[in-house]
Amino acid sequence: MSHEALHESYVVQAHNFASAGEVSASIKRLLRHIGIDFGVIRRVSIAAYEVELNLVIHSRGGRIDLEIIPPIEIGGETGWLHLTSTDVGPGIRDVDLAMQEGWSTATDDVRDLGFGAGMGLPNMRRNADSFEITSEYGVGTTIKMGFKIQ
Amino acid sequence: MPITLETLHSELNLKLLTPESDLSREVTAGYCCDLLSWALAHGGTGGVAWVTVQTHMNVVAVATLLDMACVILPDNIDPEPDALQKANDESIAIFKAEQNAYALCGQMWAMGIGQANRS
Repeated sequence: MSHEALHESYVVQAHNFASAGEVSASIKRLLRHIGIDFGVIRRVSIAAYEVELNLVIHSRGGRIDLEIIPPIEIGGETGWLHLTSTDVGPGIRDVDLAMQEGWSTATDDVRDLGFGAGMGLPNMRRNADSFEITSEYGVGTTIKMGFKIQ
Repeated sequence: MPITLETLHSELNLKLLTPESDLSREVTAGYCCDLLSWALAHGGTGGVAWVTVQTHMNVVAVATLLDMACVILPDNIDPEPDALQKANDESIAIFKAEQNAYALCGQMWAMGIGQANRS
């Protein structure tokens, strides 16, 4: 299926657990509406939820950008769906450590809610076709994920 | 014969907290976990019945993202009101049970409900 080029941007508030998950739910609804493959929607939804919750739990606020680049625009049979998360800090001290399953800096209060399993970043990397994280402690974190679409 | 939410409702003596739910939905697998990211990674696809003691809105968010069939709260615990509202909005069935999580999973297994396919 061919798709139109698309770019949406979503703001995620820090520490707002009441609305946590709404951005990823919106992204899932949008992808369903435009007819993206179900398996891709599932992987994007999981990655979007994890990155959204990371912004809620750990950041001082940020945004998630969704971009769809149809195959025709890059001269191939495969297009790409990009999810990019950017925040305004505080950044990650040790990215390699943060990428390890089970490692988390979440507080006990957050863990009591079932978050902070240390699975967020590994879940993102597992579900995306491409994954890139850059972080500067004291400045902020950017996560770029790519998903192949037909 | 497929096992549906209605089957679970009656066989496990569950209390349905979302009265508008479609109980004809098929239950294809069961899952039990209270860590949300772990459930996202391992909860599987499709008509999963998820047993968890978490009661807040993000349980519904995870269940919706994975297109789960239902959430079952053990030990007679109640969901938070806003979680119940969100479950109604998202058409996710929520039950509560007298049994604890271990007993619920044992009963579901005995009914022939296996573990979810790994994604």
